[in-house]
Amino acid sequence: MQLTDYIAPLMQGAWVTVQLTLYSTVLGAMLAFASGIGKLSRNRAINAICVAYIELFRGTSLLVQLFWLYFALPLAGSAMGLDLRLPPVLAGVLALSLNIGAYGAEVVRGAIAAVHQDQREAARALNFTERQTLWDIVIPQAIPEMMPPFGNLAVQNLKDTALVSLISLGDLTFRAEQIRNYTQDSTTIYSMLLVMYFGMALVLTVMMRGLERYVTRWRRARS
Amino acid sequence: MLFGFEWDLSSPAAYAASILPILLIGMWVTIQATVIGFIVALVLGLVWAVLKAAPFRIISWPATVMTEFIRDTPLLVQLFFLYYVLPEYGIVLPAFMTGTLALGIQYSAYTSEVYRAGIEAVAKDQHEAARALNLTPARTFTHIVVPQAVPRIVPAMGNYLVSIMKDVPVLSVVTVLEMLNVAKIVGDRTFNYLVPLSMVGGLYLVMTLVASAGVRLLDGWLPKQGIPLK
Repeated sequence: MQLTDYIAPLMQGAWVTVQLTLYSTVLGAMLAFASGIGKLSRNRAINAICVAYIELFRGTSLLVQLFWLYFALPLAGSAMGLDLRLPPVLAGVLALSLNIGAYGAEVVRGAIAAVHQDQREAARALNFTERQTLWDIVIPQAIPEMMPPFGNLAVQNLKDTALVSLISLGDLTFRAEQIRNYTQDSTTIYSMLLVMYFGMALVLTVMMRGLERYVTRWRRARS
Repeated sequence: MLFGFEWDLSSPAAYAASILPILLIGMWVTIQATVIGFIVALVLGLVWAVLKAAPFRIISWPATVMTEFIRDTPLLVQLFFLYYVLPEYGIVLPAFMTGTLALGIQYSAYTSEVYRAGIEAVAKDQHEAARALNLTPARTFTHIVVPQAVPRIVPAMGNYLVSIMKDVPVLSVVTVLEMLNVAKIVGDRTFNYLVPLSMVGGLYLVMTLVASAGVRLLDGWLPKQGIPLK
């Protein structure tokens, strides 16, 4: 096996990693918004559910969550008479997005809480309903504040996708492991792997910067 | 049987009780790995911070690139790299040492930023005042900058301690017998993963809550204005 033969399987794996990152970041962002806004809710039940979710997933290890979903959930399901055996892709995406969503929720909550109180008072004076105030006044101003930490979380998520190779999902790390088992050429293969992850992280960072410019365009237009 | 403890599969409660001592042995390894990894991260992070602050580009630039590289690549891959590549160059370390080294290296990229931010947050007039009082740069650093930077650095470092704790299960891939790996082995032998893995989740919640409470306590105890010197 020659060096150039490594490229095709690694690219296959990289594509799986890209897909995993994309799905889990998008799903994680939705969870982050839902639970971050929910944590600010005055409804006790919604508030309790969101706090429990955030604390549970921030307080335990991602690998524990991943193993629990993949190895333990099917047993919990069969005890209740349900078939909860998840395919590795689903378990992986679910664990990654639940984990990153809990971290994102704190970012969303913090950014919403940081919007100036005067804005809410002005909206109230203009007879906006609470829902309108939240969606039309507060959140559009909070989103730009969320973007830099969201960028960090997206890179964090990309790095965390490497863990799904441990539940036999054919991502970049998994393919590299396969090649290493076959060729024993550890130095080359792991160096390539590190460089590929670094490259993907750089691309992701640039994309998140672009997204940040897009969601803050109203600030530049005004000044 | 594992570590000399038999398990009792008669009921979930009996099973949980019988494997608790086994998991606690794993938890002790997790705590050791966390502490050693944290110490490596603190020391190496300080080295990075000093190199990045160097007045010569030829030193500061490679240090900046290196920390970016470490920060943007997965811990798992770095661990594999150290575990499989170092022996090829004659450096053979026990799995536990390789694992804690990988943890320390990964987090040193984060802690170096904490040091930098903590030191830069000390106001510029403090430096000017120290200069006016004819303090040497070394004395300014040890007696003016450090006492004021420490209270800013401690809470952020505490958060990374908790993060390191949550990354320790990654070490299981190089055969370190930390808590998750022990639970997995128990599950492999009993065909019941639900109880041990759920217990690991619960024990992790306890560990992170205790660690966060400890960090908050330390943060409250440190004087916000800086540590007074005699």
